[in-house]
Amino acid sequence: MTFYDIIFYLFAAITLISALFVVSTRNIVYSAFYLLFTFFGVAGIYVLLGADFIAVVQIMVYVGGILILLLFGVMLTNKITNVEIRTGTVQLLPAAIGIGIFMGAVVAVMIWTEWKLEPAQIPLTTTKDIGHLLITDYVLIFELLGILLLIALIGAASIARRDQE
Amino acid sequence: MSSIPMEYYLILSAFMFSVGVAGVLIRRNAIVVFMCIELMLNSANLSLVTFSSYLGNPIGQVFVFFVMTVAAAEAAVGLAIIIAIFRNKKTVNIDEINIFKW
Repeated sequence: MTFYDIIFYLFAAITLISALFVVSTRNIVYSAFYLLFTFFGVAGIYVLLGADFIAVVQIMVYVGGILILLLFGVMLTNKITNVEIRTGTVQLLPAAIGIGIFMGAVVAVMIWTEWKLEPAQIPLTTTKDIGHLLITDYVLIFELLGILLLIALIGAASIARRDQE
Repeated sequence: MSSIPMEYYLILSAFMFSVGVAGVLIRRNAIVVFMCIELMLNSANLSLVTFSSYLGNPIGQVFVFFVMTVAAAEAAVGLAIIIAIFRNKKTVNIDEINIFKW
């Protein structure tokens, strides 16, 4: 058990336990805060895998953007003063059965497959490779994603806006 | 690179995905359902980064970038829709939003 292994198990435990809390806690604001720990745990695992740029983008986009957006959603759709911020659960048993079957199938495939692995080496930096790929092979997708974000921005603003009479 | 086999990362990702599916199936609040969708997208990203790292190929990380962009767009539009629904029906519980059902 090396130091590297201990860090992996630590981040994996943080990620999984807080993900379970996101699903199981009854207070929506607590769910959002546990989601924060999940995102940080996943970012730590990205760093362990040598994906430094993706880890930083994960923290900036998910924690800095999406989580704040979700918290705004919680604040705008629940009356904090009326203590109506708790929600219940439905359909526990069918969900458990379906997820058990799904998990078993996926994990069995992962364990029994013979993966053809290269001898992996961590590159010193991944930013250069990612940037190079983004403006050569994947430049069309990159531009389309820019347009998609613009459309989503305009659409979200026009849907959420109150209609003036 | 390390002594941890690739399957461990993949199994972690499968667990995260299953937790996300469980949340979508059992929670009633639409915003928690959104959080669980983000969990599922994150677990897919985790497998992409794992394969990218263990195969020594940066294309997986480029695709993680794309997935994050789509997730951001989805969160923005989805929350706008939830807020519009809340304004009309005064609830975001998905079992009470059943106007398409008869």
